Amino acid sequence: MATLSPPVEAPVAVRRGVWGWITTTDHKKIGILYGSSAIVFFVVGGIEALLIRVQLAAPNGEFLSADAYNQMFTMHATTMVFLVVMPAAAAFTNYMLPLLIGARDVAFPRLNAFSYWVFLSGGLFLTVSFFLGGAPDGGWFGYAPLSTQVTEVVRMDYWALGLIIVGTASLLASVNFITTVFTMRAPGMTLMRMPVFAWMSLVVNFLLLFSLPIITVGLIQVFLDRNLGTLFFDAASGGDPILWQHMFWLFGHPEVYVLILPAMGIVSEVLPTFARKPLFGRSFVIFSGIAIGFMGFGVWAHHMFTSGLGPVAEAAFALTTMFIAVPTGVKIFNWMGTIWGGSLRLNSSMLFSLGFIAMFVIGGLSGVTHAVAPADWQQHDTYYVVAHFHYVLVGGAIFGLISGLYYWWPKITGKLLDERLGKWHFWLMMIGFNLTFAPMHILGLNGMPRRTYRYPEGLGFEFWNAMATIGSFLIGVAMLVLFWNLYRTWRRGEIAGPDPWDGRTLEWTISSPPPEHNFDQIPVVEREDDFWHRKYRTAEDGTAIAIEPAPDMSFEREDNIHLPSPSFYPTLAAAGLFVVVMGLVYVPWGLVAVGVGAVLTLWGLFGWSMEPLTREEH
Amino acid sequence: MSTDTLVQDHGGTHDVSHLRKVAMWVFLGSEVLLFGSLITTFLLYRTRIGDGPGAEEIFDIPFTSVSSFILLMSSLTMVMAHHSASRKDWRQMRVWLLATGMLGMVFLSGQVFEFTEFVEEGLTVTTSPFGSSFFVLTGFHGAHVAVGVLMLLATAFMSFTGRLRDGEGMNVEIVGLYWHFVDIVWIVIFTVVYLMQV
Amino acid sequence: MLLLLAAMLIVSACAGTDRLGLESVVSDDIPQNSLNPAGPEARQIDDLWWLVFWIATAVFVVVETALIYMIVRFRQRRGEDRPVKQVHGNITLEIIWTVIPAVLLAAIAIPTVATLLDLRSAPEPSDNALQIEVTGHQWWWEFSYPEYGFTTANELHIPAGRQVYLTMTSADVIHSFWAPQLAGKRDLVPGRETNLKIEADEPGLYLGQCAEFCGLAHADMRLRVFASTDAEFEAWALAQNQPASIPTEGPAAAGWETFSVVCASCHTIDGTSAGAELAPNLTHFASRSTFGGATFANTEQHLREWLADPSALKPMRPELNDLEVGRVLGMPDLGLTEDQIDGLIALLETLE
Repeated sequence: MATLSPPVEAPVAVRRGVWGWITTTDHKKIGILYGSSAIVFFVVGGIEALLIRVQLAAPNGEFLSADAYNQMFTMHATTMVFLVVMPAAAAFTNYMLPLLIGARDVAFPRLNAFSYWVFLSGGLFLTVSFFLGGAPDGGWFGYAPLSTQVTEVVRMDYWALGLIIVGTASLLASVNFITTVFTMRAPGMTLMRMPVFAWMSLVVNFLLLFSLPIITVGLIQVFLDRNLGTLFFDAASGGDPILWQHMFWLFGHPEVYVLILPAMGIVSEVLPTFARKPLFGRSFVIFSGIAIGFMGFGVWAHHMFTSGLGPVAEAAFALTTMFIAVPTGVKIFNWMGTIWGGSLRLNSSMLFSLGFIAMFVIGGLSGVTHAVAPADWQQHDTYYVVAHFHYVLVGGAIFGLISGLYYWWPKITGKLLDERLGKWHFWLMMIGFNLTFAPMHILGLNGMPRRTYRYPEGLGFEFWNAMATIGSFLIGVAMLVLFWNLYRTWRRGEIAGPDPWDGRTLEWTISSPPPEHNFDQIPVVEREDDFWHRKYRTAEDGTAIAIEPAPDMSFEREDNIHLPSPSFYPTLAAAGLFVVVMGLVYVPWGLVAVGVGAVLTLWGLFGWSMEPLTREEH
Repeated sequence: MSTDTLVQDHGGTHDVSHLRKVAMWVFLGSEVLLFGSLITTFLLYRTRIGDGPGAEEIFDIPFTSVSSFILLMSSLTMVMAHHSASRKDWRQMRVWLLATGMLGMVFLSGQVFEFTEFVEEGLTVTTSPFGSSFFVLTGFHGAHVAVGVLMLLATAFMSFTGRLRDGEGMNVEIVGLYWHFVDIVWIVIFTVVYLMQV
Repeated sequence: MLLLLAAMLIVSACAGTDRLGLESVVSDDIPQNSLNPAGPEARQIDDLWWLVFWIATAVFVVVETALIYMIVRFRQRRGEDRPVKQVHGNITLEIIWTVIPAVLLAAIAIPTVATLLDLRSAPEPSDNALQIEVTGHQWWWEFSYPEYGFTTANELHIPAGRQVYLTMTSADVIHSFWAPQLAGKRDLVPGRETNLKIEADEPGLYLGQCAEFCGLAHADMRLRVFASTDAEFEAWALAQNQPASIPTEGPAAAGWETFSVVCASCHTIDGTSAGAELAPNLTHFASRSTFGGATFANTEQHLREWLADPSALKPMRPELNDLEVGRVLGMPDLGLTEDQIDGLIALLETLE
């Protein structure tokens, strides 16, 4: 076992307590903020889902009114996509990316904090709508002209502005992370030596960089149609609702790769660790991720196969959609190659990564059936699609993120999660998840459309809906097991130590939790999986032999480590934005709030630009 | 702007100026898509004029050519500012920065004048999809110019008060990148929106 | 919690209403089953579907079996410390598992594009396709037969065995026409025209519903397609073309009094002064098996409830109606008295 230096005091005074969290610029704390927020919003989105399932458990349900139901499914999707999966991935990217590349922080720590607080503003803004006259009810995709039709009710203004806000947070974060990867890798860490999770983060951030502006323009157009009388989507005046669809899906499709690639990156870290062999075909996994990123911009109109695009466009997008299955398959097969011949430690983290593969294969295959455009003309807007994307987003993204949670929780908190509870969590999830969503394939093909608050008897939908409802509550129970595990471990969990998994990458060379400055000395990297190769050499038969004695990973702390100081200005600026959008919802009299918020934001931005990054505080 | 350096590793420093330059390039990448979406919307709606005026009736190409020329000249003064900065002639740099800002403001005034003319002639943001997409596109561009002017003035001011230290040249470079980008976007807009519609 | 849920399910399952009156008209257990095609378009899609489904299933079986096998075979037994070969990759395998999926996909691509082009092509003149115009409204369907000159709502009648060509648009937001047993779905987009070919092999009733979220009552925007023999269809069309003749005495006459004042601002009865086109054409209302967007069986009981308070039956927002801009979000509660309702029902019953 490698020896490491004991945790040291930070070289810069760290603020304590709540104020410390509010003003933090430390990527690790920001990661924890993102993660905690994602968990809270997951509970919100989960409750929204359970309410939907209760309503649909039987025909002619009267549990939710149509109005409440439409808000529920709109907010369930919006919450899960923008306020759960994206911030959960951001949590891991924030915490782990600098560690994986051997850096002390991200390129712009205050911008990083700003991104978090803007995200939180957006999340609160979206959620508070429930209490202020009703949540958005036009679907998470807000097709025009339905989204612009009723302006007397402000719900869809919350939707448009809320998405603009969280989108801005992500865009700024993507500039930050791309710059970080390009400029702050440790010496010797070429791009190809970078861990796969870091690579997937890079691809994801490019996807966000190029797709968010498109939907931002669309959302602004929707907002202006609703509030200024512009005619972007007014059919009677020559506006084209299909333009909205193009703009939304040009973002929306890359977005689904944004949702899945971080989880794929996590799986690419977890499998080698618990199989005790390198990722099979590493460069192919990396390149297929890049390919998926590129190709992801060429398939968007497969969401529009029934909109009347014309046979040429439909055929073209059918083909591009089919072929994006190729790089996806490459990843799956390489993961299986990683498992083959390994010595598999089936702990909770590994189980969820293996579960990812099993579930994602199903979701991917149903996706291929969607690519067959004529078949999609039956599947589109039915529960078959709901089944498909829950298999890839829950069975895929959520399983992957949970795998990452079990994997990196020890590094973040210094404690190991309970394995027995972890296994209960996994099996309850597998059963509950499949019981909920497998029947939906059948329901969709049997003629049940999406976004319908009730269905009558006599259509044959009763049995599988009842099964799906039971399954959804099982998922809820499974998540309660996880929350109990998190809570218990937080209080008294087994100490993890720096390298509980005999890991391969740089984050396991430092203490758990890491010191504020991450690395006492910035590592010099000689190869991929650098840490593993300091612990093991390859024998003639290709197996790994432990190097004796174990490497000494303790270093004397470098002298001139300057860490970014805490700052209140990013938080202030983000709070100002919250006030601005609240005001924009209620224009014209909300303009007062817009003014106040703008002042706060500008004050925050100005203070931020004037203060030095590192203030001497010793 | 803060110029503290973040000492990171043995050997070279990751100086903030390098990070900022990379970040600006990355950010401008997203701006390409922003303006691309706005321009695409305009192209789709350029003939949907409803009861209002269309491009041929309302555009005053000579006038817009002059304001385009002014914006183009501002890129030249921007280059001069950068050149002065690289020679560490801070006084001259400030002159050129202010000149750039002035030209930017003249351009903006021209836009405002042009828009008020259009409104009087019956084209507003609510007249037709053409009107909506035209004003939103040029409005976004104008907002970007305005932000650029503020950045130019702020940089000149901070140089004047000595708040910029070693990284002065660097900051001019970043502002210059942004300013040139905004100018290039205008060239595209002028060509696609104005020249190609009449 | 699970027990409570189970109890709720049992209780609600017992509360049968058969609101659509389906029991009496449909023998199918799953009447909207896309896997039970009843016409050539749906059948072409069905054939393509099964081809892809079996290929996907084969892939599923192979991959998942391999995965489970590997997990079982290579799992670490207790106390085991097996040395592991540090294999980095294999170019040959990479090529194999890139090429094989690509080939499989190409195999799927060819019939996909062929089917797509065929189904998307307009009918030939030799098909003698029946032209029908569809306009989507929130939350009902308007069907016009330009070759005959009449308009009806929510229930489409077509001759079995003959191609039907729908030309579609929307009066408000995006809707989607979907009768799964007959064809895939196609959207109705305001400001644009879309088309769909449908055909029923045999006479019968085929159910469908709107398949693009269109607001509050999207779930209650259903449709019925009645396919009949040529002769029956012609007879139906002839009858639909007749204007209504309103009785001048009796309860129906009283109903007309009410109608002309209250209902005519939105509804049409051909042959009368009621000509507004904001709501379904009621000229032959009594000949329809359902109403309210094909969501309620056309019984007196349902009609009474509807006329007394439409929003109690179907969620709507008539308070947001803005007839000038053409925004109609449902039928308002007209504050009708019992007598008025009696009269209206009597009137509607005459509209065969």
